Amino acid sequence: MSAFRMPSLGADMDDGTLVEWMKQPGDHVRRGDAIAAVETQKGAIEIESFETGVLDDIRVQVGEKVPVGTVLAMIRTDGEAESTAPSAPPTPPSPPAGEPARTSVPSVPAPASAAGSIGNVRITPAARQRARERGIDMATVARGPDGVIGLREVDAAASSAGPSRAPAAAKPGLDLAEMRKAIAAAMARSWREIPHYFVRSVLDMEPMLAWLEQRNADRPVAGRLHYAVPLIKATALALKAVPVLNGQRDDDGGFRPADAVHLGIAIALRGGGLVAPAILDAERLDLDTLMQRLDDLVRRVRTGRLRSSEMTAATATFSNLGEHTADALQPVIYPPQVAIVGCGCIAERPWAEANALSVRRTLEVTVGGDHRVSDGRSAARLLNDLARRLSHPEQL
Amino acid sequence: MNDTELEQQIRDALYSVAPDLADQPLDPAQPFRDQFDFDSMDFMHFITELARRTGVQVPERDYPQLATLSGALAYVRGQRA
Repeated sequence: MSAFRMPSLGADMDDGTLVEWMKQPGDHVRRGDAIAAVETQKGAIEIESFETGVLDDIRVQVGEKVPVGTVLAMIRTDGEAESTAPSAPPTPPSPPAGEPARTSVPSVPAPASAAGSIGNVRITPAARQRARERGIDMATVARGPDGVIGLREVDAAASSAGPSRAPAAAKPGLDLAEMRKAIAAAMARSWREIPHYFVRSVLDMEPMLAWLEQRNADRPVAGRLHYAVPLIKATALALKAVPVLNGQRDDDGGFRPADAVHLGIAIALRGGGLVAPAILDAERLDLDTLMQRLDDLVRRVRTGRLRSSEMTAATATFSNLGEHTADALQPVIYPPQVAIVGCGCIAERPWAEANALSVRRTLEVTVGGDHRVSDGRSAARLLNDLARRLSHPEQL
Repeated sequence: MNDTELEQQIRDALYSVAPDLADQPLDPAQPFRDQFDFDSMDFMHFITELARRTGVQVPERDYPQLATLSGALAYVRGQRA
């Protein structure tokens, strides 16, 4: 029997609200299956199982908000008998059994609580979202026995308010003000604790873009690659080649280099907000698969749900400012990672090479590194490796 | 297919990529990018949806012509003529 717990999905998460059980007691679950959805400051996240077995005993109901580490359910691993005791006493927070060795994050005082407030009334993000969807004025909602307005209180107000009004068309479960608090908390902590250094180069994108344009010209719209895809693949391969930039720091301040490159991709939301879920094993995916993963990730960031592994596994982050933006991006590391790669927009620049001057499409790439783990020469190696790979796009 | 129907198909493609835009005013002459924080991935998804709905495969070099609603309407109309 093993415990399925509320995981920590980021440096700044204290608690989460359970919004859906995706499996029911008695259902067979495999390691990696999404079992429950939890609402966080970064939207609703699907929590995956670390065990294979049968979901046995659900201990937290939909709408309840519980701290990180709380047992949500028990999973009976194959071969075990059904439990007779319906619920065991609560156990202290600890990582789920069977979780792969991974850095967890030292706890810091979190300035932002997961519940927002109007005056002195605390309101959970789920409650706020539901109130918005149903057109309920928060001022008319009575607070619950614990002084907090949750889903139950909003539902009670909704049923007394009569028929609901038209829902607001936003991503379900997402409060941009809460997300901003989460970003602020993570970035303030990063800037306070990580002695950053930055190294940058302007890279010639002409060979990669010319290759890509030719490749895309022969394909229907749905089979084309976005230019970010070869860039992501090349970055992942370059990170693999410079292990001191790819991994996570653990609680004791030690650095654990990662075997694979789980590349966090910074994805913006319309209206503000940023999430950087990981594409797992990015260095091993072919370009078409990588395109599909990126497509899927962008769609889910903006209109769907992310998964817990995507929120915690990143070994480095890639942030691409994109077309029609600005020349360069000086990125801030996302703890517990130790490096981040920031790209400006592709722009024509004068290019001097072999005693000749030409105009080429170029990209300014900035690597932010953690001086506790590496120094500027490592980042320079990464940039040179990236440049070399982009000059041979057919090998990506 | 008349212009009203074509425009609806273009809007449907747009809103399938960005459902949150469906209840917002849309200026037909202003680029989606400037009106809505629409990035190049959104645009690529839009072109893909448009191809699925109208059968029009837009080559990459023509992408700038579809940056606005009126531009997209003129382009799709031209391709189907």
